[in-house]
Amino acid sequence: MRYLTDRKRAEGKGASHTGTEHHWYMQISAVGLAFLVPTFLFIFGRALGQGHDAVLAVFARPFPGILTALVLFIGMRHFNKGAIMMIEDYARGTSRKLAVIFVTALSYLVIAVGFYALAKIAL
Amino acid sequence: MVQLTLPKNSTVRTGKTWPKPEGAKNLRKFQIYRWDPDTGENPRVDTYFIDMDKCGPMVLDALIKIKNEIDPTLTFRRSCREGICGSCAMNIDGINTLACIYGLDEVKGDVKIYPLPHMPVIKDLIPDLTHFYAQHASIMPWLETKTNRPAKEWRQSIEDRKKLDGLYECVMCASCSTSCPSYWWNGDKYLGPAALLHAYRWIIDSRDEATGERLDNLEDPFKLYRCHTIMNCAKTCPKGLNPAKAIAEIKKMMVSRVV
Repeated sequence: MRYLTDRKRAEGKGASHTGTEHHWYMQISAVGLAFLVPTFLFIFGRALGQGHDAVLAVFARPFPGILTALVLFIGMRHFNKGAIMMIEDYARGTSRKLAVIFVTALSYLVIAVGFYALAKIAL
Repeated sequence: MVQLTLPKNSTVRTGKTWPKPEGAKNLRKFQIYRWDPDTGENPRVDTYFIDMDKCGPMVLDALIKIKNEIDPTLTFRRSCREGICGSCAMNIDGINTLACIYGLDEVKGDVKIYPLPHMPVIKDLIPDLTHFYAQHASIMPWLETKTNRPAKEWRQSIEDRKKLDGLYECVMCASCSTSCPSYWWNGDKYLGPAALLHAYRWIIDSRDEATGERLDNLEDPFKLYRCHTIMNCAKTCPKGLNPAKAIAEIKKMMVSRVV
């Protein structure tokens, strides 16, 4: 039981003066992915079903390689920020913090593994 | 954490079925949520029958008839009976709206009436709106000026006055906020569509001189950015307003301060 006024409960700790950067990033990354993902799928689709050497040759070329890296990085950053938003919606307290750490680590892990694979193919 | 099931003492049970009025030919069935904190019993849904030949056209008319003629313990808020005071907001046939301007002919089949969802219930159809009103107060719903008061009045052009249309009409009935899933899950921090619509009404007012402070006070992942443009608020507003658009305009103003 805490004797707080209604106004104090509503104000809480005040505004954190953050969120706009997150909102803007989600907007521009969504627009960026709207172009990047279909292009990636087109290139990936054409390589699909070909032999191992042919696929390696496709992703060793600069445009498919850089495009894949961009899709990986921007896509996983977009996923990370979107997932954090979703977690903040539904989870509270320690489980919220742990889930945010987990999805952030997961997204960076996927980026790192993807970059490593691309570098191995390209170099 | 999101709670998807009701605790045992909140499970709604079947309540009393009140007798049908004698000699009535045009009967309508009403199922109404009842809960009295003094009894310690679970909430229940009581069933009433009304002779529609002797009842007004609106849902509020039926509720008043039930209270006057069948069950005087039925509790609900009402005042103006013309959609101005916002008192009689409740969930009718699954829609948050004002009972006084919602026609019985708009409801198909039995009329099911519940209090506004996801708010603590004080009794029957009366939700506790204390936090909702405190959130409204927190956005400073008044004109803030720094310039000395003019001799006559704060002047405003016709064009600037027009910008307030679609905003000032809000009657704070809470239909929008209580239809918003983001407000259901995070209503303690998220201001909700009603408070944000009012915030925008003052941000966009050409006479107000606290635009920066108002935006500062809203810039928060929970207070403002919990709005995911679900649009339930715009769909349910009994006054036909669009709080989601007002929130989007605030977000655009936030971005324009940065980019």
